[in-house]
Amino acid sequence: MGILTIKNVEKNFPGVKALSGISLNLESGKVHALIGENGAGKSTFLKILSGVYEPDTGVVELDGTVLHFKNPQEAIEKGISVIYQELFLVNELSVAENLLLGRLPNTFGFVNGALVRQEAEKLLTMFCEDIDPQASVGSLSISHRQILEIAKALSRNARVIAFDEPTSSLSEREINKLFEIIRDLKAQGKIIIYVSHRIQEIFQICDTVTVFRDGQIVEHFNDIKKTDMDTLVTRMVGRPIRDIYNYETRPQGENILSIHGLIGPGLSEPVNLDIRSGEIVGLFGLIGAGRTELLKLIYGAETVTSGTMKINDVQYPQASPGNSIRRGIVFCPEDRKKEGIIAIRSVKENINLSVRRSFSRWGIINEAKETANAERFITALGIKTPTPNVKIENLSGGNQQKAIIARWISEDVKVLLFDEPTRGIDVGAKSEIYRIILNLAKKGIGVLLVSSDLPEVIGISDRILVMSQGRISAEYPRGKATEEEIMKAALPVEKNVVACN
Amino acid sequence: MKISLNRLSKHLWEDSGMLVVFVILFIGLSLFVPYFFSWVNMLGLMLSVSMVGMVACTMLFCLASGDFDLSVEAIVAFSGVLVAVLINQTKSIPLGIFLGVFSGALVGLINGTIIAKFKINALIVTLAMMQIVKGLTFIISNGSAVGIYESKFFLLGTGRTLDMPNPIWITALLFVIFGFLLNKTIYGRNTLAIGGNKEASRLSGINVDRIKIIIFTVQGLVSGFAGVVLASRMTSGQPNTSQGFSLDVISACVLGGVSLSGGAGTITGTLVGVLIMGTVQNAMNLMNISSFYQYVVRGLILLVAVLFDQFKQNQLKRS
Repeated sequence: MGILTIKNVEKNFPGVKALSGISLNLESGKVHALIGENGAGKSTFLKILSGVYEPDTGVVELDGTVLHFKNPQEAIEKGISVIYQELFLVNELSVAENLLLGRLPNTFGFVNGALVRQEAEKLLTMFCEDIDPQASVGSLSISHRQILEIAKALSRNARVIAFDEPTSSLSEREINKLFEIIRDLKAQGKIIIYVSHRIQEIFQICDTVTVFRDGQIVEHFNDIKKTDMDTLVTRMVGRPIRDIYNYETRPQGENILSIHGLIGPGLSEPVNLDIRSGEIVGLFGLIGAGRTELLKLIYGAETVTSGTMKINDVQYPQASPGNSIRRGIVFCPEDRKKEGIIAIRSVKENINLSVRRSFSRWGIINEAKETANAERFITALGIKTPTPNVKIENLSGGNQQKAIIARWISEDVKVLLFDEPTRGIDVGAKSEIYRIILNLAKKGIGVLLVSSDLPEVIGISDRILVMSQGRISAEYPRGKATEEEIMKAALPVEKNVVACN
Repeated sequence: MKISLNRLSKHLWEDSGMLVVFVILFIGLSLFVPYFFSWVNMLGLMLSVSMVGMVACTMLFCLASGDFDLSVEAIVAFSGVLVAVLINQTKSIPLGIFLGVFSGALVGLINGTIIAKFKINALIVTLAMMQIVKGLTFIISNGSAVGIYESKFFLLGTGRTLDMPNPIWITALLFVIFGFLLNKTIYGRNTLAIGGNKEASRLSGINVDRIKIIIFTVQGLVSGFAGVVLASRMTSGQPNTSQGFSLDVISACVLGGVSLSGGAGTITGTLVGVLIMGTVQNAMNLMNISSFYQYVVRGLILLVAVLFDQFKQNQLKRS
């Protein structure tokens, strides 16, 4: 039996008290949940465990031995592995090379290719996924990359394994698989830390739960059965949240976006789709169903093969994102780090990136209007940032997402295309984002929202579309479909079950 | 009061560490190197960095957008020779200058179009273009210097305005123009955005290809103009001039804190980088240090500057 002890850890950043007075005892053979809103201090806590940051005061002990890490490598050597929400893989290398990076089997520096493949296959079998060890990581889907990241950490024989939002882009089946693995690790006596925004999930898999708020521990239950979801949510946000979707009916107008016979890469059948002004259409599908591809085709980020698109009954040539934005169609991408934020630029720059065009004259930017716009949305959306001039990479994931939404609602929007807007975001921020979406719909904006979170799709949409294998496989009005029906429509028709185990 | 002073110095250090280094260096050299702090020497120093300074203005944009341009040295030589040949043949100074500058812009346009539209690495494209343009320079000059017979043309490079050599005025003007472009226009902000994250910029409606083409075209245009000024200063077009000039310009930018991976760079930083390079060289000349040693020293300065910057970044992240 082992125990990871955190004693009175404190960490400050310029202008922010990230953590204070954190003390925890985490026993082996258990899964420990850490929950809290964005910016509550969970990520900082994980970064201290993994050697990215050094605490200002306080110590971390494993079985009574004080641990000091100068860098993440040292933490890994001493048995602590953290699997982050943002994935750290080398896209250009193969799956096998990534798995064994830093300790490739070799003879006098010459890599033994056969052995690499063999080792990698061994590591991957436990996941029962059709991942080719030879494929380059860049060609894998996000879910497969994440599985790879998990396999990599597991292969290091870590004593402590921390998962940061491991399920945020996994399908139902993959999640079940992950839980099996976690239960396995638990039985082996590992200390498992599990950070997630999906509260239902932690009741399935975790044994203890600790709630973070504003850099402090506000609640700890040594037995998760002694509490319930409502209590945890209340403790997390400091106020009770009744219905996080805040759904209300609203008048809907004419078709604002009409798509007819759309064909393009990623789609297997022509897509027909209408969105009325003021309507929220939820688009559900598993990863790889063609949801992102469809949004990018509508937006003009990918080239359409054929089909017509009309906005307010006026046909528009699908040419480029810039063209779509000027017609009032905007797109909020799924992969925040790769396609959303400009990490090393300020929050203000990120918010004004697109809209500054309309503030400016003769290409000269209007500093005053940009500052006012940034401040307006920082307040309106509750973006937590010391100043608008802080680099956006210093913000938590949820606040980065809000800044990206601010970028788009600064525009004169008619149709908003959202790709997984609440992925990896806590309940409080989710609820705020739903409120933002509803308010936009009330103003007559049409919303097309892609999500792999079923309760979200059911909770927020006026109408639900389901995609499977590159086509729209079902359509339901609000309240006319159960989770089971939707899931069934989303599953691939032919080979929906791959034999495993 | 003490706290605010502390914060001020901290800000100065974090935002413009190189400026502090330059000021200290400058004061030190003024105190210890004879003749360094004299008007004549100051003018000489500024004149010596004017070429690097002009092209550094546009190289800043190129690097900030995440690209690279090795062809500038070839463009400088090419337009210098071209302007010499054209002035001699047509007797028209304006036409010579125009075509000299235009040829530089054309090379830049080709660079930018290939890089943006065919998605080929800028290092390779500009390396190839450097060879091609270098070859063309030798072809039109027959491999030797081309003397210019219209002495009015020399006013551009050797004349003075308000007792200051014209190239210094030109360089200063370019710094003002490109500083304005970088900080106050959509073009400048989009350049930084593209360098920070190309795909996010594209999805935000920025026409990435067009901006890249503009960046390279302007780079070629300014290099062409620098070549014309140089020809005017030397009263001839020199095909063998400016060997290694591209890397001098890039070194100065990097010294001034422009990120080679794109997304970060300031005009004051670039100016400071240019001045540090020039000041050190000037001081070494005054101290009669052989040019063989000067190369070693300049290389060391660049290395130390980059290491120092890295150290500062880590310190910022840790604190």
